[in-house]
Amino acid sequence: MSLGIILLVHTAFHRAEQVARHWAASGCPLVIHVDRAVPRKTHDAFVRALSDLPDIRFARRHRCEWGTWGLVAATQGAAEIMLDQFADVRHVYLASGSCLPLRPVQELIDYLAARPHTDFIESATIADVPWSIGGLDEERFTLRFPFSWRRNRYLFDKYVALQRLLRFRRRIPNGIVPHMGSQWWCLTRQTLSAILQDPERATYDRYFSRVWIPDESYFQTLARHFSRQIESRSLTLSKFDYQGKPHIFYDDHLQLLRRSDCFVARKIWPFADRLYQAFLTDQAGAMKRTEPSPGKIDRIFAKAVQRRMRGRPGLYMQSRFPVEGRENGLTCAPYSVFEGFGDLFENFASWLARMTGMRVHGHLFASERAEFSDGQTVMNGALSDSAALRDYNPRAFLASLIWNTRGERQCFQFGPRDNIKQIEWYIAKDPNAQISVITGAWAVPLFKSSANFADIRREAARLQQIEAEHLEVLRSRWTGARVRIWSMAEFIEAPMEPLQTIIDEIGQQNLRGPAEAPRMADLTGFGQFLQNLKNQGMHPYLMGDFPVEQGRHDAWQNKRKPYLVR
Amino acid sequence: MGLWQSYRMRLRRRRAKVRAFRKHFALRPVVDRTAGIRPGDVLLFSTLRDEHIRLPYFLRYYRNLGISHFLIVDNDSTDGGAEYLAAQEDVSLWTTKSSYKRARFGVDWLNWLLQKYGHGHWTLVVDADEFFIYPFCDTRPIRALTDWLDTSQVRSFGAMLLDMYPKGRIDAVPYQAGQDPMEIAAWFDPGNYVIEKNRLYGNLWIQGGPRARVFFPDNPKKAPALNKTPLVRWDRRYAYESSTHMLLPRGLNLTYDEWGGEKTSGILLHAKFLDTFTAKATEELTRRQHYSASVEYKAYAEVVRHNAELWCKWSERYINWRQLEILGLMSKGNWA
Repeated sequence: MSLGIILLVHTAFHRAEQVARHWAASGCPLVIHVDRAVPRKTHDAFVRALSDLPDIRFARRHRCEWGTWGLVAATQGAAEIMLDQFADVRHVYLASGSCLPLRPVQELIDYLAARPHTDFIESATIADVPWSIGGLDEERFTLRFPFSWRRNRYLFDKYVALQRLLRFRRRIPNGIVPHMGSQWWCLTRQTLSAILQDPERATYDRYFSRVWIPDESYFQTLARHFSRQIESRSLTLSKFDYQGKPHIFYDDHLQLLRRSDCFVARKIWPFADRLYQAFLTDQAGAMKRTEPSPGKIDRIFAKAVQRRMRGRPGLYMQSRFPVEGRENGLTCAPYSVFEGFGDLFENFASWLARMTGMRVHGHLFASERAEFSDGQTVMNGALSDSAALRDYNPRAFLASLIWNTRGERQCFQFGPRDNIKQIEWYIAKDPNAQISVITGAWAVPLFKSSANFADIRREAARLQQIEAEHLEVLRSRWTGARVRIWSMAEFIEAPMEPLQTIIDEIGQQNLRGPAEAPRMADLTGFGQFLQNLKNQGMHPYLMGDFPVEQGRHDAWQNKRKPYLVR
Repeated sequence: MGLWQSYRMRLRRRRAKVRAFRKHFALRPVVDRTAGIRPGDVLLFSTLRDEHIRLPYFLRYYRNLGISHFLIVDNDSTDGGAEYLAAQEDVSLWTTKSSYKRARFGVDWLNWLLQKYGHGHWTLVVDADEFFIYPFCDTRPIRALTDWLDTSQVRSFGAMLLDMYPKGRIDAVPYQAGQDPMEIAAWFDPGNYVIEKNRLYGNLWIQGGPRARVFFPDNPKKAPALNKTPLVRWDRRYAYESSTHMLLPRGLNLTYDEWGGEKTSGILLHAKFLDTFTAKATEELTRRQHYSASVEYKAYAEVVRHNAELWCKWSERYINWRQLEILGLMSKGNWA
C-alpha cells in the first residue's frame, strides 16, 4: 500500500463508485471529496454505497466551481486526511470521478515504487505556455478575481478592465515563481506534506485564493518550491480544447485508449459502457493486445481544435460562414482564369487541356449558361449550368466549383462579354486565382463578324468600357490574385514565351516545353479594322498599337513549313 | 443591432407566444403520457398529417438514437396514423382539425407544446420525413451529443436539410411501411448550395440542392430554405419564428462560426421524394396548405408532367455521416 487516491466527485456517482471500487480492489486507500453543490440525499446514498470498503474516507465538502479556490481547498482537505490516516502512503494521486484507470493499478504502483522520490506534476512558467483562456496569462497572478467567470462574465470582464485601467498589481508573496499545469498530479508524501505544513501556507492560501484558476497553479507553483525531483508531466491523459474544457472519451475511442499507454484517462462520458466494461473488468486484456501509439490521440484532438479554429479553407457551409477577411482562403485550391486567349486563339481550350491536363471550361460566367467543359449541363457536385442559378450567387457558384473538384485544377475563360460585375472583385482578391489577360482581344470576334459596322462600333465601345473598368479592379491594391496583363499587340509579338510562363506556373509539366503552339486567328486586316473604328469616332486603345498596313504580323502565323528535301 | 431592433425582436417573440397560446385551444389531447418524462430526457416534437406508412421506421430510427418521448400533433389524419401513434408507449398525441397554414405551418402548435413540456430539455423538432444525422451518430447516442453541447455551453444545434431522391422516376419503387426510406431515396446533391446571411435574425439562409436545380432553375429565389435548427436546449422563453428555420431570441440562430472555424453541425436527411409524394403533391394542390401558396408543389407537378427525374450524373449515393462530413455538408467541429 504505497499509493493513495484522492477522488474529486461532483456527478455521475454510479461511475465514481465503480472507479472507487476499482482502485480499492488493488489496495489503494481513497479519500473522496463530494462537491457541496450535490444534494444531501445523493451524497448520503453515495457514501452508503461505498460504506463496505475499509480504507475510504470522505473529506469536508467545499463548493467546487470551475476556476475558483474551492477545488484547491477540497484537495488540501482531502490530502491532509490522506497523509494523516494512511501512514504508509508514499505517492498521492489526484483524480476525478470521471477518470478511468487504463492500465492495471498494480502497474502504476510498481511504476511509482521504482521512482520513490519523483513528483509527477505538469508545471511550467507562465511565459512558456500557450494556454490562456479569456486572454489572461500573467494577469492571472497579478489581478484579483472575485467574480465568477461562468456566472458573472460581465462583472468579471469589467473588473479586469478596471484593474488594468488603474494599473493595479498584486504582489506575489515570498518571491515564488508562478507555474501552471494540468490540475491532475501525483505527488510524493514528502512534497505534499511540505506544501501543507509550510508555516507560510496561510500567506500562500490567501494569495492563491484570489488567483484566476488556482487549481492549475497552486500545487504546480509550490511543488517547484519543495520538490526534490519534478517530472513535469501528468500521468493522467487529459486533452483540452480551445475553450480549456477537457475532451470527452466515448465508446468509439476504445481502440485509441488501448494504444495510449497512459495510466489514467480523463474524462470519460458516464454512459460509455463499453469503456468502463473494457478497462474496469478486463484490464490486463484491455491494454496488452496492441502496440502503444500515444501520439494518435494527440493528433486527433489537435485536429479537432484546428477544425474548430481554422476550418477547411475555401469551404462555405451551414456551420462555417466566415465574414469578409476571415475566410482563410476564398477558395480551396488554385485555379486559372484566361481572358482574351479564347478570342485570339482558335483552339485555345483544347490546346490548353492537352498541354496541362487541367479541366478547361469555356466562359463559366457567360450570359446564356455556364459553359462547363465538354458541354456538360451539370458538373461535379451537381452544379447546374443555369445562368439564373449561377447569377443568384456567383461567389457560391465559384467556391462550390473549386471545392467540388478538389484535386483537379480548374481553368476557365473570362471576359467583358460575360456577367463579370458581380464576381470580378471576388476573383481578383483570391490568392488562389491565376489571372492572365490579353487586353483588347475581344475585338477579334468583332473583326471576324459580319454584323453592321455601326453595331460593331457600339459593341466595341461597350466591351472596351467594361474591360477598362475590369483592369482597374485587377490593378487595384486589394488584388490578391497572381495577375498578368498583356496588350494584344504586345502578346502577339512573341506569344510562346508568356504561354510557357503561365503553363510553368500551373506546374503540370510537359517537361519538354509545349510541343505545339495554339492556332492564332488570322489577323490579316485587323489593323485596318481598328483604323475603321477610329474613323467612326471610337478609340480602341486596349489592344495596343496595330499598324494599318498589312503583313507585319504574318511572321508568326501558321504558314506551312516548307518541306526540306535531303 | 440597436435597441430598437432588439425591441422589435422582443415584440415578435411575444407575438409568437401569443399566437401559440391562441392556437393551442385547437389542440385536443388524444393520449397524454407526458407524466413519464424524466429530467434529462431528449424529447422529439413533430406535427404530421397522413404519414402512417412512414411512422414505423420513423419511430424506430429515433428510438435508436435515444429519444425518450415523442410529442406529436396530428393534423386530422385519415389513414389510421393517429391510432397507430396513440398505441405507442412513448408517444403523447394531440389532434386538431384546424388549418395547418393558419397555425403558421404548425409552428404555433409546436411552440405551445415546447413551452409547456420542453422547458429544460433538449428538444428535437422534425417532420416525419426528416432523419437527424450528427457526427458519430453511428456510435454515440444523442445524449452524448447533448451532454457535450451542455458542457460546451451551446444551446442550439444546426442541421441542414439534405433532399434525398431515388435514381429514376420518383414513383418507380413503392415504399413499404417499416422500410428505411434511404434504401430507395439514396441520392443527394453534394455541392450546389448557396448561403446568405439573414441580417435581421442572424441565421443563415441556405438554398440549393435538387429542388433548386430541377424545380427552380429560372427562379432560384423561390427555392425552399434548407437551413434548420432542430435541436435546442429549450427554455420556455424561446420560440420558433418560421418553421424550424429561425428561432427567437436571435442568439439561438448562431449555429455557425464567422471567424473561419467550423462549429459542429448535423444533417436532416429529407426523404420526401418517395412514391408517396405524388399523391401528396396532388392533394396539396387542392388543399393549398403549404408555404407560399404551395409554389413548390406547383413546380413539382410541372416537372412530373414532363417525366423528369431529380437524379443526375453527379448525384452522390448516401453512405454515412463521415461521407457528409468529408463533402463539407456537415462538420465534427471540435467534437472528436
